[in-house]
Amino acid sequence: MHPFSYTRASDTREALNAGRRGGRYIAGGTTLVDLMRETVERPETLVDISGLPLREVRATEGGGLRIGALVTMAETAAHPKVRALYPVISASLELSASAQLRNMATLGGNIMQRTRCTYFRDVTAACNKREPGSGCAALKGHNRTHAILGTSDSCVATHPSDVAVAFAALEATVHLLGPDGERRVPFADFLLLPGRTPNREQALRPGELITAVAIPALPRPLRSGYLKVRDRQSYEFALTSAAVALHLRGGIIREAKVAAGGVGTVPWKLPAVERHLIGERPSAALWAAAAEKAADGARTLQHNGFKPELLKRTVERQLRVVGGTK
Amino acid sequence: MSPQPQAAVGAPLSRVDGRLKVTGKALYAAEHDVDGVLHAVLVDASIGRGRITSLDTGAAEKHPGVLRVIHHRNAPKLPYLDNPGSNNPEGRRLRVFQDDKVLFHGQPVAVVVATTLEAAQHGASLVKVGYDAQKPSTDLAEAQPDEPTKYARGDAEAGLRKAAVRLDLDYRMARNHQNPMEPHATIARWNGDRLTVWDKTQWVVGTQTELSTVFDLPMKSVRVISPFVGGGFGSGLRCWPHTVVAALAARELKRPVKLVLSRRQMYFGTGFRPSYDYRVRLGSDRRGRLAAMVHEMDAETSSYEKFEEAIMLAGQMFYSTPNVSQEYRKVPLDVNTPIWMRGPGFASASFAIESAMDELANRLGVDPIELRLRNEPPEDESNGLPWSTRRLRECYSVGAREFGWDRRNPEPRSTRDGDWLVGLGMAAAVYDPGRFPAQARVRLDADGTAVAEAATIDMGPGTYTSQTQVAADALGLTMRNVTFRLGDSLYPPTPPHGGSMTMTVVGSAVLDGCNKVRGRAIQLAVEDEESPLYGIKAEDVVVRNGRLHVQDDPARGETYQRLLTRNKLTHLEAVGAYAGAPEPARHSYFSYGAVFTEVGVDATLGLVRVRRMLGVYDVGRIVSPKLADSQALGGMVGGIGQALLEHTVTDHRDGRIVNASLADYLVPVNADIRDLKAIYLEGEDPDADPLGVKGIGEVVQVGVAAAVANAVHNATGRRIRELPITAEALI
Repeated sequence: MHPFSYTRASDTREALNAGRRGGRYIAGGTTLVDLMRETVERPETLVDISGLPLREVRATEGGGLRIGALVTMAETAAHPKVRALYPVISASLELSASAQLRNMATLGGNIMQRTRCTYFRDVTAACNKREPGSGCAALKGHNRTHAILGTSDSCVATHPSDVAVAFAALEATVHLLGPDGERRVPFADFLLLPGRTPNREQALRPGELITAVAIPALPRPLRSGYLKVRDRQSYEFALTSAAVALHLRGGIIREAKVAAGGVGTVPWKLPAVERHLIGERPSAALWAAAAEKAADGARTLQHNGFKPELLKRTVERQLRVVGGTK
Repeated sequence: MSPQPQAAVGAPLSRVDGRLKVTGKALYAAEHDVDGVLHAVLVDASIGRGRITSLDTGAAEKHPGVLRVIHHRNAPKLPYLDNPGSNNPEGRRLRVFQDDKVLFHGQPVAVVVATTLEAAQHGASLVKVGYDAQKPSTDLAEAQPDEPTKYARGDAEAGLRKAAVRLDLDYRMARNHQNPMEPHATIARWNGDRLTVWDKTQWVVGTQTELSTVFDLPMKSVRVISPFVGGGFGSGLRCWPHTVVAALAARELKRPVKLVLSRRQMYFGTGFRPSYDYRVRLGSDRRGRLAAMVHEMDAETSSYEKFEEAIMLAGQMFYSTPNVSQEYRKVPLDVNTPIWMRGPGFASASFAIESAMDELANRLGVDPIELRLRNEPPEDESNGLPWSTRRLRECYSVGAREFGWDRRNPEPRSTRDGDWLVGLGMAAAVYDPGRFPAQARVRLDADGTAVAEAATIDMGPGTYTSQTQVAADALGLTMRNVTFRLGDSLYPPTPPHGGSMTMTVVGSAVLDGCNKVRGRAIQLAVEDEESPLYGIKAEDVVVRNGRLHVQDDPARGETYQRLLTRNKLTHLEAVGAYAGAPEPARHSYFSYGAVFTEVGVDATLGLVRVRRMLGVYDVGRIVSPKLADSQALGGMVGGIGQALLEHTVTDHRDGRIVNASLADYLVPVNADIRDLKAIYLEGEDPDADPLGVKGIGEVVQVGVAAAVANAVHNATGRRIRELPITAEALI
């Protein structure tokens, strides 16, 4: 671990001041401290924001939800409003990490977490994300768990978060506070595709702080759920995953929100699947036809050639589970 | 002497050291409080093969707290004498900091010694090493094997040609790492020319001989201490380079030095179960009676040592087969040297052989158990010896009954539960437990308590508890009045703690020592005119709860305390011994088992979940039922890992291990393990050893992977011949 200094922000202004001077924000620390131990992350200054008043979950006008950035994964998953309105969020969180980690890790930190690409985490390997210009060891290395969507020649690492897949599906908004004030960024624009700059992962300006994630109001009743396919039953990242939310009225799908995880360099929204569903009646044939579009544009690597097919099956299965078997 | 009443042996007792462990008072290697200890952190090679061309230690040496950086340019030459009788494989062992060669990715190239762990860690990250790198050879499928080890009886090729049914099957098994919970660690301290080492090891005597030969010290100048070991699974069966580095650094710095491997370093700083390519060709008649088997095995080893394990034996002795030929080829690669891992050899061979038997059963339409019964050999066909005990038929019948084997539909894909296809599978298991000489010292004190001690280890199976049970019964004392000590090279020597031999060989030595002490006490009493036992025949006296008495007249007797005090004896002491396997062998002696499992396979998503598993074991007498269950269930968990998850992945471009962490090298978690059960056939193996035990810790992993693969076939109709079985193989 490289030497660093540590300060604790007592209010938001103090945090932003420290952030503007180059301080790195830390809350639960479940990713950052790991990476510091491996010397992947070498911050000069840590600014502990865990004392800031960002721990509230509240309903927004029109029937959405605003989840404070410092609400833990466990608290979010267990929150009655989250459970009632967006089971997909609770499910995605409960299928993540371990109980201990979910008790520590915050929602803001969760969407900021960095990839599980093992070359990223091995400081002796080439990695454009960790060391721009050094190359990508995964591209022609061992890449069974790597991305098939949104990749570039610079980076094929997946985004590891589960709840971010739910946020992408539900078209959440990230609330930010910076030296120039507040702004709101659609989730789809918050996490960046790697392109030629895989080291830039979020649309954050220097010193900006995530204050909340807002879920928009969606027509009710909204059925939703999350399916995570992984090698073992718990404490493991997704090979593929699917977040699905459907609103049916009169037996017709009126609203469909679908995104996939474990396959993209960012949580992968599936608009083509959504379009295929809207206006249709649930049926096995519909689920299959819609899911057929889930891997459009996929680019496979040496060891992850199974992912497009597995992704389609994952989406199909979860459409059936959420939408019913008819 | 009369046989002693058995109060402790066979009783479901809890661990005698349980309280120490759960209260944190059990000290593991890195936890011993050694005054003035310095911290050492290794710098690992970041190439897979080549030479070190430059070393820049300036920044590290300037870092506050760093005292020294030791590497091949400043390290003293070490004697590295031969160490015959050690667990070092044939070859030239890795010599730390003795030259500029890099033999594998992760090899230690320097060590940073500092006053704090943090300074040493940071210092290690500041050492800059330049290399002349070559492309390493790390792919088993691509490299050239050594001259094979061969075995033949009959004419296997002719037997195959004539056979009515022939199968030619290729199985592959991934490399597995032991991944014990406790990382390997060493604290080394010199007093003049005497070296004391606190080490995580499964063999204090082995570490002692290795250090004495590396540094050219008399054996008695090296003491190795290891009272608690947090799991081993084989990783502690030899002395690894980091232990030498700790001793070297302590000598150079003239202070005690502690060196703990990081989890990442465990993947190249200790050994592993080698990956295998195992081809089986077999021929049988139409009833499934085997006529011939040909086994060709390719296994990883390092470029500098030829690692071997008992991969061949199962193919020679397990099924009645007139014609057998085997070739075991070790493939030297630019990797570190493998080491035995739980069920060594047999756990790999059984995946191939027991899968192949299942394939034959399917081909013939014969029940897999029936096929095995038809090939049950009357004697060991590899050496003509009778079995000691071989109760496999009972393992099969008890297992089939308890598991509900009759509910298995032999037709694949015939049972469904929602999205899950359900299948049942079974496999047989065998292991060849070691039987090497061992000693134990037993002392009975005049206060009626006793101490037994031996240089063995407790890596988790419960040696402290089981040996106390043996001693308590043999001395006629309660468990509370007996203390068993282990993990110190000053105690009487024992073989490695592994190979399912500790209960057998250490237990027999403890039993012998206790019998001697009890015998002396009885002799003393019956010859002592002041004893109530005076004049009684020694063989009519037993001891119970510390009191010697006439077997048929419990009122007539006295306590050890009275006897020894009256005779002005502070204690009675004896060294017990176990001489090793009888020479020449009179029996062929193995542990056996049968594993049954039910799996669910979500064939759409490629998921395999083990729903339940039953192991039925013929392992002789069970000394400690609770500990036996820990072994059996743990072995099944290990086998499930081998079957479905465990896979050390190497990047063949530069020899780097890609998943050197417990986040990326997957082992089963609680959620993967549902319903495991073990049954032990009652009885003992009187030909095995004085205790009648055969050893359980290894056989419990054997066969599990094949049982899972066979159940997956029953569920899906898909035969998976490569471990681990992953989603991509099934979708």
